[in-house]
Amino acid sequence: MFGKLSFSAIPFDQPIIMGAVGGASLLALVILILITYYGKWTYLWKEWLTSVDHKKIGIMYIILALVMLLRGFSDAVMMRSQQALAAGASHGYLSPEHFNQVFSAHGSIMIVFMAMPFLVGLMNIVVPQQIGARDVAFPFLNSVSFWLTAAGALLVMVSLGVGEFSKTGWTGLAPLFEKKYSPGTGVDYWLWAFQLAGAGSLMTSINFLVTILRMRAPGMTLMRMPMFVWTIFATNVLMMLAFPVLTVALFLLTLDRYLGMHFFTNALGGNMMMYTNLFWIWGHPEVYIVILPAFGVFSEVVATFSGKRLFGYKSLVYATAAIMLLSFTVWLHHFFTMGAGPNVNTFFGITTMMIAVPTGVKIFDWLFTMYRGRVRFTTPMYWTLGFLTTFVIGGMTGVLMAEPPADYLVHNSLFLIAHFHNVLIPGALFGFFAGYAYWFPKAIGFPLDEKWGKRAFWCWLIGFYLAFAPLYILGFMGMPRRMAHYANLAWHPYLIIAAGGTGVILIGIIFQMIQLFVSIRQRHAARDLTGDPWNGRTLEWATSSPPAVYNFAITPVVHDIDAFTDMKEKGVVYQKPDRYHDIHLPKNTAAGLINGVFAFMFGFAMVWYIWWLAVLCALGMLFTVIARAADDDTHYTVPAAEVERIESRRFQQLASAAVNRPAGSRTTPELLPQR
Amino acid sequence: MPADTSTIDAVATGKFEHPDTIANQAFGFWLYIMSDLVLFATIFATYAVLGHNYAGGPTGKDLFHLPYLFGETMLLLFSSATCGLAMLAMHKDKRGLVMTWLTVTLLLGLGFITMEINEFHHMILDGNGPDRSGFLSAFFTLVGTHGAHVSFGLIWMAVMMGQVITKGLTLPVQSRLLRLSVFWHFLDIVWVGVFTIVYLMGVM
Repeated sequence: MFGKLSFSAIPFDQPIIMGAVGGASLLALVILILITYYGKWTYLWKEWLTSVDHKKIGIMYIILALVMLLRGFSDAVMMRSQQALAAGASHGYLSPEHFNQVFSAHGSIMIVFMAMPFLVGLMNIVVPQQIGARDVAFPFLNSVSFWLTAAGALLVMVSLGVGEFSKTGWTGLAPLFEKKYSPGTGVDYWLWAFQLAGAGSLMTSINFLVTILRMRAPGMTLMRMPMFVWTIFATNVLMMLAFPVLTVALFLLTLDRYLGMHFFTNALGGNMMMYTNLFWIWGHPEVYIVILPAFGVFSEVVATFSGKRLFGYKSLVYATAAIMLLSFTVWLHHFFTMGAGPNVNTFFGITTMMIAVPTGVKIFDWLFTMYRGRVRFTTPMYWTLGFLTTFVIGGMTGVLMAEPPADYLVHNSLFLIAHFHNVLIPGALFGFFAGYAYWFPKAIGFPLDEKWGKRAFWCWLIGFYLAFAPLYILGFMGMPRRMAHYANLAWHPYLIIAAGGTGVILIGIIFQMIQLFVSIRQRHAARDLTGDPWNGRTLEWATSSPPAVYNFAITPVVHDIDAFTDMKEKGVVYQKPDRYHDIHLPKNTAAGLINGVFAFMFGFAMVWYIWWLAVLCALGMLFTVIARAADDDTHYTVPAAEVERIESRRFQQLASAAVNRPAGSRTTPELLPQR
Repeated sequence: MPADTSTIDAVATGKFEHPDTIANQAFGFWLYIMSDLVLFATIFATYAVLGHNYAGGPTGKDLFHLPYLFGETMLLLFSSATCGLAMLAMHKDKRGLVMTWLTVTLLLGLGFITMEINEFHHMILDGNGPDRSGFLSAFFTLVGTHGAHVSFGLIWMAVMMGQVITKGLTLPVQSRLLRLSVFWHFLDIVWVGVFTIVYLMGVM
């Protein structure tokens, strides 16, 4: 009836796990009680869970990313504290079994359930507004994508309390992850969580490619798209072409584990290294999938806060395109030690070094944008400067490892761990944080507190160096990655410093929570009435904050790369049109959510071999889609009168902002509404 | 361009389906086909790697019967032609003819799938199932993934026949039928690859 599932699947004998499960369940219970107490269920259902509005889906993605960031970071704290303790005679507080699950979960969560939702959330909120569109091309598909990602994330969370998580690393390791060597449910949880989220990402990529290529405002040629839109375009091309490879790699492993096939086994004609190749054919583009959007954020932030047009816009576009293409030609550098021979390794070594060139071009473009600009040192700008200084170090250690002989020496050592955290934390995460601070007032309607934002930044930056500089040294000292215990006491002091660095980052995260709390408390005083709190340069700042459901009452016409700055300079911004038109928008639907619930239950049933439930859920998904496809009445109309009412309120807000400009608002007086 | 003008006709009939929306859907579907091609390319690559790992088991020469497969292939290729005829009938707005050709296509597709399942069934009965060797794992997965796509296409076709009956050849139904036909032809092309690389090269 319940497959392999029984009460023994819940690890009652593990106090640490049960504590975490208890804490998480308690928190969830408190949230549910609060929602019920304040009678917010209807609001939540109507305004959020069933919404197909790109701005709301974007906010839900970012909430998911922040929650998963906390989960992934707790894993990091556990790893660092375990390694700070488990030297010599001491064995720390985590068993090797548990430690292996922790590092596997940390990587899986941070890449697939933190970085991916964060960047997809940002692009959901920003891209349609930057190109002057009213929504994405396929709003319902957008909802499906989100709920699939959420279903995958939920599977990872459930694995904490029911069964176990994979012990074979976030990348998976052939043949260790085969049924014979990993008979538990951990690998299956990892498989299905990745599959669900991957399907969501693939649909997102198609959705945004169509949106960007076909729904831009009149006048916005490709070479007038904001830099963020360009990087999102490149990211989505990579997602569309790379994710199917991950789908296949995981599907083949599924067949190995469930039907006894021989793709990655070490007997009967399997090929273990084929898995590693397939995984990294997705995995390396994935690195750029998470990093390119951050590059886009930095481009927007640096131009806005330097008060200048982005330096070398065209070179940035071509550099992004070059990275997009080259990212498919470097995957083998993740395993030079496979021994493919000097010719193959040389090829991949050279392409890896080549990909550093366009990245270097970008660094100089951002530096020259600041040169002779009037730089405003806001929180997003702090993250950008922290990125520029720190990322370069990570880039250089990457070029060092592009040299196959050098890579042989540090392969799978902590040097590698230090390297990729040194590119991904400043390169991707700092970018997401910059975007979070930069677009928060646009999405929510009031800005984040600057003081706490800067404090959090300093903790993150100092904590980062303390946590990862020792790892570079330890790599040179020969310490391998993923050790639950070590005998070499010479490593110990460095690991204690690294643990201290993680503690400083923890303070940074606490500051970010305080920042959110403080900002919500002062929201009335700090409310952004203009919609343009930073004196922005691109179209998303032309809408109100938060934007009306239709974003733009009148479709803007674009004449320049910095379309909004151009409008402000020509004095044609905030003009009242002669008359408004009816606007057609997609209706809310529960189908995306229902599909996500079925997907989650399907994944869970497959993990525990509950075949009848898996079949039922698969049919459930199929019929949800068929029922939705039969519905041709998926839009509603906002009448012109309603549009006029919303817009005149907006003009009143703009006028009141002109009279008593709130602190922090930087809109110059000459940009106010004109009749 | 955002959908804000020229929606009068669609609104009048109570069905909002902007011409841009349909063009977007077609373009999005082509992008999906591209990503699906990457999926098949990866499985083809896997087959290329494992195709000779017989592990002491049977080879393609022992297992494949070309005349049988030729028949199977003909069913699928003809179903593509009849699918094209259904599209022509759709453009002429002949609902009955659309239904006829879709029915023929559906039957041909069902024939193809039945023959494939029969082939698999006999191989597994003879002890040459997908768990026998790396070669057979790759064979069953490549051919089976194509077969799963065809089966999904058949379900889609049945749903569309239901929509043609209940809704008629409305604009949304037409746009869905067009995408279905793109999908169907795409599977044909993939099958040409499967037939050549797996079967023809397997018995060579």
